[in-house]
Amino acid sequence: MNQNYSTVAQRSPSALATNKVLRNTYMLLSLTLLFSGLTAAISMFMNMPPMTYLISVIGGMVIAMFVLPRFANSTAGIGIVFLITGMLGFGLGPILSMYASLPNGGNIITLSLGGTGVIFMGLSAYALTTRKDFSFLGGFLMVGFLLVLLAAVANIFLAIPAMSLMISAVVIMIMSGFILYDTSRIIHGGETNYVLATIGLYMTIFNIFISLLQILGIMGNDD
Amino acid sequence: MDWMKIISALALVMFIVILFPRARDMVKNSPKGTSSDWMSFVIPMIGIVLFIMLLIKLV
Repeated sequence: MNQNYSTVAQRSPSALATNKVLRNTYMLLSLTLLFSGLTAAISMFMNMPPMTYLISVIGGMVIAMFVLPRFANSTAGIGIVFLITGMLGFGLGPILSMYASLPNGGNIITLSLGGTGVIFMGLSAYALTTRKDFSFLGGFLMVGFLLVLLAAVANIFLAIPAMSLMISAVVIMIMSGFILYDTSRIIHGGETNYVLATIGLYMTIFNIFISLLQILGIMGNDD
Repeated sequence: MDWMKIISALALVMFIVILFPRARDMVKNSPKGTSSDWMSFVIPMIGIVLFIMLLIKLV
């Protein structure tokens, strides 16, 4: 009997908690995206050199992997998320300046931004409405991600444009899969920490945006 | 700019080394998807491919 009561008592707050995690995640994600946009604009205004991107991405990833998990359950975690997303946004500045200087640059940036928004919102709506459990994707996505990272290491030295186009396309597919996987984990209670959920979704959006910029940049300057 | 290439490659290799144990655990512990599960993943991916092709046409 006691077991039955405890099961009922645990189920109802768990559903509530999941909705709360989702709401908090989307709220923090919106704020961090706006903050990134602001830091990117500052970086563009300051005419930062291209190596800013490399330093910001490495710094952001190190903080996300080693510092954030220690503070994810405290309010300091929110500050760290803003630090990471602010750094990544700041790193985007020189990349955006480079694309903006292309003849079709404004169009490429706008389409990449809009395209990223459509992909993210479309896949989130799909995961939220179907409420399907995408946990079976975990291993497949991680292996795919590691393989694409290996290909990216090789292409740093090979510098083959077709390969970098292929890598960007695969990154978009893998990150799209991660949107379904992460959203489904939040819905089904697999992720109860909105700080970690936010940084996961932010990274997918960031990678999709960068990859779309690269694809549209290469294809847009074909003629 | 060669040092930038070397730092980028080192950072990516470090990232792979750090992610590898997590990837191994995820492969071991992920539930197996049915064919209908995989279809529910493949269909939106086809939509994404078509959408990117549309964006390329627009640029």
